[in-house]
Amino acid sequence: MEPGLGSYLALSGILFSIGAVGVIYKRNAIGMFMCIELMLNAVNLSFVAFSRHYGDVTGQLFVFVVMSVAAAEAAVGLGIIITFFRNRLSVDVDDASILKN
Amino acid sequence: MEFESVVQTVFPFAVIAVAIFLAFNGVLMIVAYTVLAERKVLGWIQGRIGPNRVGPWGVLQPFADLLKFIFKEDLVPDKSTKFIYYLAPLVALTAALMPIIVYPFGPSIKADLSEWLPYGLGETFSHIPLVIADLDVGILYVLAITSVGVYGIALAGWSSNSKYSLMGGLRSSAQMISYELAMGASVIGVVLLSGTLSLTGIIDAQIHSPWWSKWFIVPQFVGFMVFLIAAFAETNRVPFDLPEAETELVAGFHTEYSALKFALFFMAEYVNMFTVSVMCVTLFLGGWYIPGLDWLARQTDLVWLFGAGTVGYAVVSHVGFLLKIFAFLFLYIWIRGTLPRFRFDQLMNFGWKFLLPVALANVILTVIVVFFWHR
Amino acid sequence: MVSVLFFILAGLAIACAVSCVYHKNPLYSAVSLIGVFISLACIYLTLAAPFIAIVQILVYAGAIMVLVVFVIMLLNLDEDKPLTRLRYLFPIGGVLGLVLLAQTLFIFYAVTKTPHTSSEQGNVVGQSMSIGRAMYTEYLLPVEIVGILLLMAIVGAMIMSRRMGEPNLEAVEGSREGGD
Repeated sequence: MEPGLGSYLALSGILFSIGAVGVIYKRNAIGMFMCIELMLNAVNLSFVAFSRHYGDVTGQLFVFVVMSVAAAEAAVGLGIIITFFRNRLSVDVDDASILKN
Repeated sequence: MEFESVVQTVFPFAVIAVAIFLAFNGVLMIVAYTVLAERKVLGWIQGRIGPNRVGPWGVLQPFADLLKFIFKEDLVPDKSTKFIYYLAPLVALTAALMPIIVYPFGPSIKADLSEWLPYGLGETFSHIPLVIADLDVGILYVLAITSVGVYGIALAGWSSNSKYSLMGGLRSSAQMISYELAMGASVIGVVLLSGTLSLTGIIDAQIHSPWWSKWFIVPQFVGFMVFLIAAFAETNRVPFDLPEAETELVAGFHTEYSALKFALFFMAEYVNMFTVSVMCVTLFLGGWYIPGLDWLARQTDLVWLFGAGTVGYAVVSHVGFLLKIFAFLFLYIWIRGTLPRFRFDQLMNFGWKFLLPVALANVILTVIVVFFWHR
Repeated sequence: MVSVLFFILAGLAIACAVSCVYHKNPLYSAVSLIGVFISLACIYLTLAAPFIAIVQILVYAGAIMVLVVFVIMLLNLDEDKPLTRLRYLFPIGGVLGLVLLAQTLFIFYAVTKTPHTSSEQGNVVGQSMSIGRAMYTEYLLPVEIVGILLLMAIVGAMIMSRRMGEPNLEAVEGSREGGD
């Protein structure tokens, strides 16, 4: 017996919400980055579940694109974090206030 | 009837479980004797005798070492991050062992087992492939699991809470990230030539290639060299053993590990050596395939014993496969006895500025050749 | 059989996700997130998508998270500082999360009502051959765009993390004290 489309989508929704809450709660930039990755993964799960449901390869192609974008995001995002740490000696997003006054 | 269906469902799983058990234990046995061989060969290179006290010629030395590891005191650093400290050696050994299940270690055997197996299971097993899981994406699986192996070292370095461990862990992560790229790029040439990602498919492609290139080492010599160098770096062996450079970093990432946890790291290193050698043999040296064996059997009227698909053919091929692997393991030890260590900046420059461009040029050249070949 | 496997893996994924959000130590979060990725890869295998499953481990667990762990080790980050400002907004965040969850589940519930047009070729779809064919025929343009995006990311990351002279730490410290 296989679980239906609904259970996969429910799991995807739960993971997405956990990731969203994490982005709100996390203070350091790396933590927020990881929660964004979690949200992207939740979306990937729903793509693969739909791809299986409809027997169509398009969903898996989208997952591939999302993964590539996530990789690009990791490269640029971590570059920003390292530069930020080098300038402010912290990765807390509250310290990213150089334009404040 | 109920019992029959249960047997039909459970039997394949049981076969796979037994196969995995045998494969893992066989590999660990080979690994134990690789350690002994390394000490013996290093001794021979340096004009010493090597271990020779435990059993004749020291053949029981691995078991003596294991006993010693078990009975040593297990020290845990006080300020370490406990959970990750315990997790790291497990990750290292698991990631080292997992690739073994996709390597084909012999040709498939045509067997008539209908007399031996009840409930029509003989028909299911009329064709025994000597591979545990024939994945459609075998190469990617191996690369993925190898890349997970970095965590074992990185987390060990971080959780020990010691500056030598941290330095070793950092160096190792940087090194493995750098050389993984070159390794992946050198594999693409083989994938392009064979047109598949499955390891059995790659061996098939080598069997069916023209007579002058029965092994992919001929058309892909550059890829082979890049793969070999990257493999040395991936397994942290001399001349790329910076993560555990004992003259600079005490023992690198496993400085704070003792007893069985250290033994797990030690085994993981040698299992990694073994699996990378198997990968190299499968991709570039035809895996279990010995060119001309089938032909020779037909010439000498021994088809019933050594023809393709018989047990004899499988046994001879498997022995050939093991010999190729042992040749690579010997190469590892030989180089350890010969070459000095790189400096860290030399290592990074070599990986990024020489190895990766060469691998990419090889990919582009292969693409062009394959494109015109197929027109 | 697959159902039991799914529920075990789903439980594992949710537990790891919660632990990723809960832990203050960034390295614990990273390890939990790797757990999520690996359990999701196993779920993809039950969905007959082996290629995506392996690429998931290769890209997320093998590349992105290695970079993250590397950066955490490199910067030697300690635990998150406790929140001092805007503390009263914490429960509101939780409520917003629940609302989001309800919305997502409602949308997905509505979607599951759509007709089921699954074809017989379900097991072929996940193989690398069909994905490769789709990638280089029907979806060639998106793949090219993704390639250009990755190139831009490489160049961008290199420019961003290039050391432009030594960082002037005294000035930074001074501005921080002045700013706060």
